[in-house]
Amino acid sequence: MTVPGAWYLVLAAVLFGIGATGLLVRRNVLVMFMCVELMLNAVSLTFVTFARMLGDIGGQASVFFVLVVAAAEVVVGLGIIVAIFRRRPEATADDLHMLKG
Amino acid sequence: MRALLTASTPASVHLAHASAWAVFAAGAVLILSGAIGVVLLRNPVHSALMLVVTLFGVALEFIDQSADFLAAVQIIVYAGAVVILFLFVIMFLGVDRKERFKREPFRGQKPLAVILGLITLAEILILSRVGNWATGQHSVAGDLYGPGTNIQKLGQSIYTRYLLPFEMTSALLVIAVVATVVLARQQSRAPGELTKDEQTVLPGSDVEVAGR
Repeated sequence: MTVPGAWYLVLAAVLFGIGATGLLVRRNVLVMFMCVELMLNAVSLTFVTFARMLGDIGGQASVFFVLVVAAAEVVVGLGIIVAIFRRRPEATADDLHMLKG
Repeated sequence: MRALLTASTPASVHLAHASAWAVFAAGAVLILSGAIGVVLLRNPVHSALMLVVTLFGVALEFIDQSADFLAAVQIIVYAGAVVILFLFVIMFLGVDRKERFKREPFRGQKPLAVILGLITLAEILILSRVGNWATGQHSVAGDLYGPGTNIQKLGQSIYTRYLLPFEMTSALLVIAVVATVVLARQQSRAPGELTKDEQTVLPGSDVEVAGR
């Protein structure tokens, strides 16, 4: 164990913070989705780091499942985005208030 | 001979140490620059390309922690498939124009968002300073440092201990594919017929249909 695990965890925390801020700041639905991917990657990095610190393969197996679920999530999310943009080509996240009560 | 060995071992250890730090630093630079680029660049195509930079950086950190299989999958699935899907949707829909910033639904949303992000980051860092980083029993789900390659151990773990979740992901992927086909299908309708959504949007709306 050469580089201490704490460094990786701090890096992952910073990446998660940037992703969360981007999710709040941006209006474009696609870019917001990319920021969600950033946060997912931060958590994956945390999982791998804890797997190394604890000598446990379970963390890496969790990242495997995170990858699969993230792929499914991207496919469904982009399908929804395509459906939205087909109806309203100029839509940003603020224009999507059709379900508003 | 023995003196030579004891003299050469620390040097090689030192070299491995330095190379691990170098890989970590390179990955960190890639991750942070890519993430900041994703958030700050106006054009979604540029954001997607910066996302590739971040994903490569995360793959580098995986390699640095000897998670070889996950690094390869990270490149193949994320950089190869997910980002291509993003780019495909951007080009397909033609939404690669700049964001409109003329309307601010919530005044001061952006500074608030930045402050909130900083608070999130500070909370995570403070929480991680409070206790130990990693507590608990070691090697519960399987030994990471045992004999065999990383792929071998990961495959053994997934196909024995995590077999049920693994099978459930296959069902999840089938559901996702079917759902996407249903969502992205063009509804067939008569020419000139407007959907309910378009009827409510078109007259005097804030969406610039007439201006284009």
